[in-house]
Amino acid sequence: MSVNQSGWRPEMGDASQAAQTTFTGNRALMLEEALIFEIGSNETTGVDIDEAPKVASRLGSHARKGAIGLPGLSEPEAVRHYTRLSRQNYAIDLGLFPLGSCTMKHNPRLNERMARLPGFADLHPLGPVDTVQGALEVIHQLAHWLVTLTNMDSVAMSPKAGAHGELCGILAIKAALEKRGEGHRKVILVPESAHGTNPATAAFAGFTVKDIPATADGRVDTQALKDRLGPDVAGVMITNPNTCGLFERDLKEISDAVHAAGGYVYCDGANFNAIVGRVRPGDLGVDAMHINLHKTFSTPHGGGGPGSGPVVFSKALTPFAPLPFVEQQDGKFVLVEEETAGEHHADSFGRMVAFHGQMGMFTRALSYILSHGADGLKQVSEDAVLNANYILRSLDDTLDAPFGRSGPCMHEALFSDSNLAEGFSTLDVAKGLIDEGYHPMTVYFPLVVHGAMLVEPTETESKAALDQFIGALKSVGERAKAGDPALKSAPHFAPRRRLDETLAARKPVLAWKESVAPVAEAAE
Amino acid sequence: MSRFFTQEHEWIEVDGEVATVGITEYAAGQLGDIVFVDVPADGRELTKGDDAAVVESVKAASDVYTPASGVVIEGNAALTDNPALVNEDPEGGGWFFKLTLRDDSELGELMDEEKYAAYVARL
Amino acid sequence: MRYLPLTPTDRADMLSVIGADSIDALFVDVPEAARLDGPVPGLPNHASELAVERHLSALAAKNVAAGSVPFFLGCGAYRHHVPASVDHLIQRGEYLTAYTPYQPEIAQGTLQMLFEFQSQVARLLGCDVANASMYDGSTACWEAVTMARRVTRKAKAVFSGGVHPHYVSVAKTMAKFTGDVLATSLPELSAASDDDAIIAAIDGDTSCVVVQYPDILGRIPDLQRIADAAHAVKALLIAVVTEPVALGAIEAPGNLGADIVVGEGQSIGVGLQFGGPYVGLFACSEKLVRQMPGRLCGETVDAEGKRGFVLTLSTREQHIRREKATSNICTNSGLCALAFSIHLTLLGEKGLRQLAEVNHAKACAAADRLAQVPGVELVNDSFFNEFTLKLPTEARPVVRELADRGVLAGVSLGRLYPNDAGLANGLVVAVTETVTEEDIEALATALTEVLA
Repeated sequence: MSVNQSGWRPEMGDASQAAQTTFTGNRALMLEEALIFEIGSNETTGVDIDEAPKVASRLGSHARKGAIGLPGLSEPEAVRHYTRLSRQNYAIDLGLFPLGSCTMKHNPRLNERMARLPGFADLHPLGPVDTVQGALEVIHQLAHWLVTLTNMDSVAMSPKAGAHGELCGILAIKAALEKRGEGHRKVILVPESAHGTNPATAAFAGFTVKDIPATADGRVDTQALKDRLGPDVAGVMITNPNTCGLFERDLKEISDAVHAAGGYVYCDGANFNAIVGRVRPGDLGVDAMHINLHKTFSTPHGGGGPGSGPVVFSKALTPFAPLPFVEQQDGKFVLVEEETAGEHHADSFGRMVAFHGQMGMFTRALSYILSHGADGLKQVSEDAVLNANYILRSLDDTLDAPFGRSGPCMHEALFSDSNLAEGFSTLDVAKGLIDEGYHPMTVYFPLVVHGAMLVEPTETESKAALDQFIGALKSVGERAKAGDPALKSAPHFAPRRRLDETLAARKPVLAWKESVAPVAEAAE
Repeated sequence: MSRFFTQEHEWIEVDGEVATVGITEYAAGQLGDIVFVDVPADGRELTKGDDAAVVESVKAASDVYTPASGVVIEGNAALTDNPALVNEDPEGGGWFFKLTLRDDSELGELMDEEKYAAYVARL
Repeated sequence: MRYLPLTPTDRADMLSVIGADSIDALFVDVPEAARLDGPVPGLPNHASELAVERHLSALAAKNVAAGSVPFFLGCGAYRHHVPASVDHLIQRGEYLTAYTPYQPEIAQGTLQMLFEFQSQVARLLGCDVANASMYDGSTACWEAVTMARRVTRKAKAVFSGGVHPHYVSVAKTMAKFTGDVLATSLPELSAASDDDAIIAAIDGDTSCVVVQYPDILGRIPDLQRIADAAHAVKALLIAVVTEPVALGAIEAPGNLGADIVVGEGQSIGVGLQFGGPYVGLFACSEKLVRQMPGRLCGETVDAEGKRGFVLTLSTREQHIRREKATSNICTNSGLCALAFSIHLTLLGEKGLRQLAEVNHAKACAAADRLAQVPGVELVNDSFFNEFTLKLPTEARPVVRELADRGVLAGVSLGRLYPNDAGLANGLVVAVTETVTEEDIEALATALTEVLA
């Protein structure tokens, strides 16, 4: 016999030995990646470009002098760089992403394929209208379904994201008031529990913001709101379902009171996923509401955008809607822009954005709506609400649920830090969840609850996925209640430990500079 | 010299016509690590209660209201480069601005050290 | 339903854990009158992937894709070749399905990418710092005007007539509500941009001067002269770049005195997409950074001293400052910023300069050829990859007729300025690396025929 000529004899080794630091700083599949400025060079390119014909320059005296300082990578290096970076990100594709108010649901890949059809993706916004009829029809169809789902009168499709949609709604309110000769109404009422964008938007449009308190059960204090109404009030901005995860039962009553006092009702539609297909904001007296296509209608969040925030309007505000929009005339789709607006949209408050809005998101959202249909969308909100209540009731013996006795929650469950051990915070729970393999929930929002933890599972999670998440949060919650010191330094297993945000803010380094010593050394 | 306090946690130390304003140790502790301070420009006229300065930590921004009316004569330039001074020495080197007082009767509405300590103890 | 994992058994089990006897019991807080009994009226039930694909493919087929014909449209959106790897990488789930990087320990991929993006944009535009992107060029332009107001404490913005009319339109809409004063004018079909007129319009009340570079007709203004005039009265120069590929060939606005440079990043990595989503670029000098809108990513260290990145200077933003924020912007254009950054990394300095050279050379060749068409004049003295032709007749019907003949010839100024007779004969033609000699010849021939 030949006795193991290669010498290869597998061994298990001694697993109890402590891990060594590595030469590269990598830990097997957890790969460190340098900046393009450290690995690329000005002479490298990953794109082969055809030779330029020889011509006399027409740049005049404007030709660029000196180097720009843009490093290039060859294609293999670039693919590796961005692939390695991607692996340091958490994502819906990896697991449950329970960020409250963000609706991190599965992003269907059919939608991606549809948006990339050359007839949509390779289309110029200023192409002659006869050459873009299919695109205008997509906008028209999506607009129709958004109006139908909300039972409103019209929809402005151009706003680029939720906050931009808020601005659209608030400007329409302002235009309507000015048309009535009541431009002196300068106050917008905003509940304490509102998203930060609400007061920021109202201020951006020149309004004064007045807070409305919440009641002990987590809803808007209807009486306080009514008491504040008067001739100086332009309107209210109200989120429904609200950011405590509760349905504002009195919204119709509030709307009626606001209308009677001469104001308008803006509804923040960030939480529309809880009611889509089941409740129509138009039935609750709402005058304007933005719809985050990147929440309810599954267009991808992309690491922070792009979003899309169409705004549905009541009959009262429809004449003031922004340009442009799509209309069907004699079987043909037309774009109503500045040129033709005068004819029957003279009161439009104008244009908010170049071109026509987030077409790439419209295609995806239409694909989503058609895929689900009426029955599917109703099931979406039902499952979203069911999943959130399942989480609320499975965890309310571990974590404090401040409004747990206010009835069922809608699509998100809210907890507070009130029963954690002394010195332990919501932040520690969040960082502990990272080690368990989850993205944390929304933390420290809404502001009305101390140490808020807002959990939104969405409808695209299976029961098994929910059960594992509940187990993980229970475990982390118990550790926080017991005062486990290891939790204070979590996460331990992520690509990075807790990051020094104070240093980042005190000495901002916002762009790469060759001459600057790495922050790590400077900090020592 | 005498020192007074507001319910919004500013302190004001009066030395003749000139007063120095800062935020209290309690306030600095609540804010956490201070990362940025914006102090008022010289010559700015302030009325009691006006937003006079801004103090920021990583996750919070707070306005500092002037406890008394007057004209700003100096902002603490040291805070621009070293906002951490507010954490290290809030009621000393971490002062925000000095002003010449317009009406020292306004000071009568403020708390003295003992009253402020009792006020904070109840928070 | 392929996207909904719960089974009927799951639902029943979960209801019993909750202690509710039906789904309806969970909607008890919705007033009865507001509850829909049945499905939404008019909307069909769910559809298979195949059925949806058929429906949308039929709609897509009704459009004339840019790549299917000789194509010369620009005016704020440009067709460039995007390398295959860009689209592959941005579709990785870790980018596509991630959220805003609020938990930096598990978002270093997005954060490092944003830091690289900010650095690339700052260098390309010639500024100290850039933010992590805005919605698009038009909204970035308005945000810059409001930033100039905060910095200078003055509220009159002077707009060059060469700024994209949609951008001016957006500013006018917003100014109606904010009370900012805008001095605007229309462009003229002249060889040079309106530098002298802008300089004459600057006065002591001016907060900023807004100049597009190259301008809507493709002309290249003298930014340094305008900057000097603005700075003389403590006003800021805001430069607007709608075609960033140009900056591979012409000087960066930040190097010519611009205080804030905003732009539309679509032409690098993003694609036409019928107008959106695009990516707004926003850069400025370091001393203005606290007045900047939008997210910023910064370098720091973690608890073990390793380099890492976080969103920083957040106290400027709406989620902390609420009504005192520098802007109400929240969501930006993260994935488009990624596409921009990857494309620019693939190009590198060398590739960008070559790309710009090819664009310019092809545009020069096209301008010379089209100027030979009887009755057609080239308007511009200077241009990069886009120039304006003056036709002997109104350009708008000519563009429509050329489209019927299968040539997308450019953007008629009648489309952009419908009420101005002086501009009606103008046709703006963009020529990028995607245009072939045959395309130019096809346009020249078709134009000759239509004008004959």
